[in-house]
This record gives sequence, C-alpha cells and structure tokens, in this order.
Amino acid sequence: MQLPRIVRQLLHRRIVMVAALVLLVVVVLALGAPWFASADPNDTAVLERLKGPSGAHLMGTDELGRDLYARIVHGARYSLAIAALTALGSVIAGTLLGLIAGFFRRLDTPLMRLVDAMMSFPDILLAIALVAILGPSLVNVVLALVLVYTPRVARVVRASTLVVRELLFVEAVRALGVRTSRILWRHILPNLMSPILVQVSFIFAYAILAEAGLSFLGVGVPPEIPTWGTMVAGSQQYASQAIGVVLFPGLAIIVTALSLQLLGDGVRDLLDPKLKKTLS
Amino acid sequence: MQRFIVSKLGGMLAVLALVAVLVFVLTRAASGDPVSVLLGDQATAEDIARVSKEYGLDKPLPVQFGYWLREVVQGNLGQSIFLQRPVTQALRERAEPTTLLALMAVAIAACIGIPCGIVSAVFRGRAVDQVFTGVAMLGASVPSFWLGIVLIQIFAVSLGWFPVSGYGAPDAPLTERLHALMLPSAVLGLLNSALIIRFTRASMLDVLGEDYVRTARSKGLPERTVVLKHALRNALVPIVTVIGLTIALMIGGAVVTETVFGLPGVGNLVVSAVLRRDYPVIQGALLVIAAIYVLINFSIDLLYAVVDPRVKF
Repeated sequence: MQLPRIVRQLLHRRIVMVAALVLLVVVVLALGAPWFASADPNDTAVLERLKGPSGAHLMGTDELGRDLYARIVHGARYSLAIAALTALGSVIAGTLLGLIAGFFRRLDTPLMRLVDAMMSFPDILLAIALVAILGPSLVNVVLALVLVYTPRVARVVRASTLVVRELLFVEAVRALGVRTSRILWRHILPNLMSPILVQVSFIFAYAILAEAGLSFLGVGVPPEIPTWGTMVAGSQQYASQAIGVVLFPGLAIIVTALSLQLLGDGVRDLLDPKLKKTLS
Repeated sequence: MQRFIVSKLGGMLAVLALVAVLVFVLTRAASGDPVSVLLGDQATAEDIARVSKEYGLDKPLPVQFGYWLREVVQGNLGQSIFLQRPVTQALRERAEPTTLLALMAVAIAACIGIPCGIVSAVFRGRAVDQVFTGVAMLGASVPSFWLGIVLIQIFAVSLGWFPVSGYGAPDAPLTERLHALMLPSAVLGLLNSALIIRFTRASMLDVLGEDYVRTARSKGLPERTVVLKHALRNALVPIVTVIGLTIALMIGGAVVTETVFGLPGVGNLVVSAVLRRDYPVIQGALLVIAAIYVLINFSIDLLYAVVDPRVKF
C-alpha cells in the first residue's frame, strides 16, 4: 500500500497543509456545531432582520433575523454530509464499474458506451432530471449526484486498470493461479488507490457545488433544511439590502471546495509516474 | 481513414441510441402523472383516459418508446403539454440566448485561459505559474449563482451598467440583447477559463519538452517564436477540444446562470418543464442537448484525424 507514503509526503507541502487545516476546521465546526455556534440556526427575530455583522451576530442576520454564522455552521453539517456521501457512493460504484470494464475486455465497450452516454448530459441537468424523478429529499439528492459522478470515476479507474493489468506482476500472480476476484481486489485495486483518492477529493468539491446549484434552482434539498445552497436560494432577493446573506454562505462553499481541490491536486502531483498519464 | 470514420460513426450512433433510451427511461420513471397534473383535481376518470389516449400514454412503455423514437427520427419531438406548441418550436425559441451566451462565454474564457495557460507553462513553478494555477482552481470552486449575484449587485444594482435580469423585449435590437448577455457571459467565461488555463498549461508543458522545440531553440529562434509558433500550434489540439466541449456543455449546462439572470434559455426551459412534469419537453430538450454534445465530440474526433495524421486509424 502506498497510502502512508502519500500522506507523509503530502504533509511536507505547505499549500496542501493549509488546505488540510482549513478542511479540518470546517469539519470540526460542522461536527461541533451546537458548541461553536450557540445561537439557534432557526431562531427568527424579525426586528433583527438583515443586520450586518456585529458582536451579537458574527456574520449578521438573514431576512427572518436568523443568525447567519449559526446557519452556516449548522448548514455545513448537511452540505458536507451530502458531498461526502456522494463522493463515497460514486467512488465505490465507479471503481467497481471501472475495474470490471478495464479488466474484462468483453464488457469494456458496452460499459464505456453507457458511460459516454451518461456523460453526454451536462452534470447539473442530469442531476435536475434525476432529482425530479426521485423527488426532492436529502437522500435523493445524494442518489442523483452519485449517478451523475459514477461515470466520471468509472472512466478514470478503467484507464488506470488498463495500465495496471498489463504490468508484469499481474501476469505473475495470474500464472500462480490466483483467482480473478483476488487479483482484482488484492493486486490491482491497491495500485489504483492514488487516482481514486484524487477522485474522492474532486468529487467531494464538485458535489458541494452541485448540491448548492440544485438547491438554488429549487430542485434540491427541501428549503427548510439549512445547507449552504438553500441559504443563498432563500435569501438571494435580499442581497441588495444585506449582501452578507449571499456573501457568507458562498464564501463557505468556495473555501471548502477550493481546499478540497488543492488537496486533490497535491495527491495528483505525488502520483505514481506510471499512472500519471492515465489521469487527465 | 474510412475505417476510422466508420468505427467512430458506429460508436457515436451507439452512444446516441443509449442516450435516447436513457432519456426515455428517465422521463418515464418519474412518479408524477402528467395527465392528472394537466387536468387538475376536478378531472374525471374518463377525462384522464381520454387525454392519456390522446397523448399515447396508455400504451406499454416499449411501445411508447418505439412510437417516440420513430417520431424523433423524423424530427418531431412531440407537443408540449403545457406550452401548447411543438417541442421543437419551444426549443428553437430558446436557442438564441443559450447559443449567444455559450459563444460569448467561451470567447471570454479562451481570451483569459489560453494566455494565462501559456504563461503558466513557460514559467513553470515560478510565482506567476502558482498564481495562475491557484486562480484556475479558485475558478473551479466558485458557484456560478454566487458570482452572478455578486456581479449583479456591483454592476447592475450599484453601478447600473447592465440590466439586473432578462433579455430585453422580443423585438429589441441585437445590441440590446448582447448587452444583457454581458454579465452572464462574464460569469460563465470567468468560471470556465479555469478549465482552459489547466488544459493549455498541461498541453504546452507536454509540447515544450519535445525535441523539435529544443531544435527550434538551438537554431537560435527567439523564445517568442518558439513558444507562440512552434509550441502553441502543436499544443492547440487538446485546447480546441476542451473549448468545443465547453461550448457543448453550456447548451443546457448553463441553467444556473440562466436562472440567476432570468434568461429565457434552453436550461431554463428544462427546469420549468421538470417542475411542471412536462414530459415531451424534458425528453426533447435532454435528447437534443445530449445529441449536440455527442455530435460536437464526434466532429472533434474527426478533426483530430484530419489535423494530426499521427492519430491511429
């Protein structure tokens, strides 16, 4: 396994360190939301509506007088959970598909045609259509996004599998009579860990953006659940009165997505040179 | 060459067929029933049966797919249930803002992305490269609606340079419509330049390591000529690819930006159709959007072979 080596080398790069630290802060804030934001995110105070940042309200208040900072910290739980589950789901499904397509030549063409067909739709449009079919709920948004990103992972994993399967050691274990499932699981999959890791972090970032976009269009998470996307969607018409209602949730999205991509890029830079070409 | 074209064509047709099946399955899997939505709560069972029959919704699914595909091949995407007009007509009405937006946005993205990418590659690892690479990553992290709202607040609400939303009256002169498209295309252009910076940088880096670039340098050509003539020309193929695919993905994929700026585009049409469960429009629009992507992709593949004889046949 190359994972420990990657982690060690990653921590030597300053920009990756910063990105990892920022992510850590975001995750800790989200996990400990009730402790870090004492105000109730759903407490309305109409007299205090659309206030700018102050001592009482770190980031000001929205159109119903709810504390923006509390809503962003609590919203992080939903936004991060949706994105994490999306990344996990699409990476598992995509890895499986990609391994099968890359290893079993007969299944390669049909599977990749299906992947091509799914990737012919713009991501957000496919997600909209899928959520519309499944119905707008938290779980269905995750499901839709998993379906949208699975082909992307499958393509990357397939490309890497095609490289790894030709390596000499695979031939060696095959000559030793090792079962196919074991070759895939114990010998090929570990060598795909770095491209998969890169995909996890990028899809995590894309999913945060996609969830926000869906919620913004009103076809994502139900509006009463505070995610960073629903916050902007609900308050955008008040942007000219208090820009904070749009600015701060947006900044939360940007900072998180940027850190994730920096992290993914850091991993990519450290990739095994043999696999580097297969990623684009 | 012929074999190459035939095999590419076969692949493209297979993908198109799969796209058609996907579109059909997706729209029919929807739980809502368009007929009862259309007729409201007051509808009797007879009304529902009559309208279902009128639109062919009472037949089994594979039969409906067969009917639909036969019509599609003849260029008939059906009748919108809510707009009371053919889907092709609805799409044509929405095509102009979407196409203009995509072209303007890609022009902006290319004007930013290609020079930045070249500079990044030439000064690889230096501060300027790190700044541009960082900016590119930032561009890929900003939600389009957020940038849209922020730009509207600055340039439309505060400064009043551009309309806050909309696309002008239908009979407005083209200049007015282009003016209304400035801010949205700036949003899309800025965000999409990120991808073009990355591709240009990567492609230039590949080429700059080639022997002929070293030869050009060693025969004493000025660095400018080496980079802009010898290297860039050879690096251009992947860059053009990504530009083409960006245009394709913006047809329908710019839905969030279209919504922020209230543009009556194709993406908008799909969203409103989804909210109203207008099957024929969803089907038709998704099919056309995906088909455009597949066709552009196919043309790029062919172009590859024409431009670069090294492409394997």
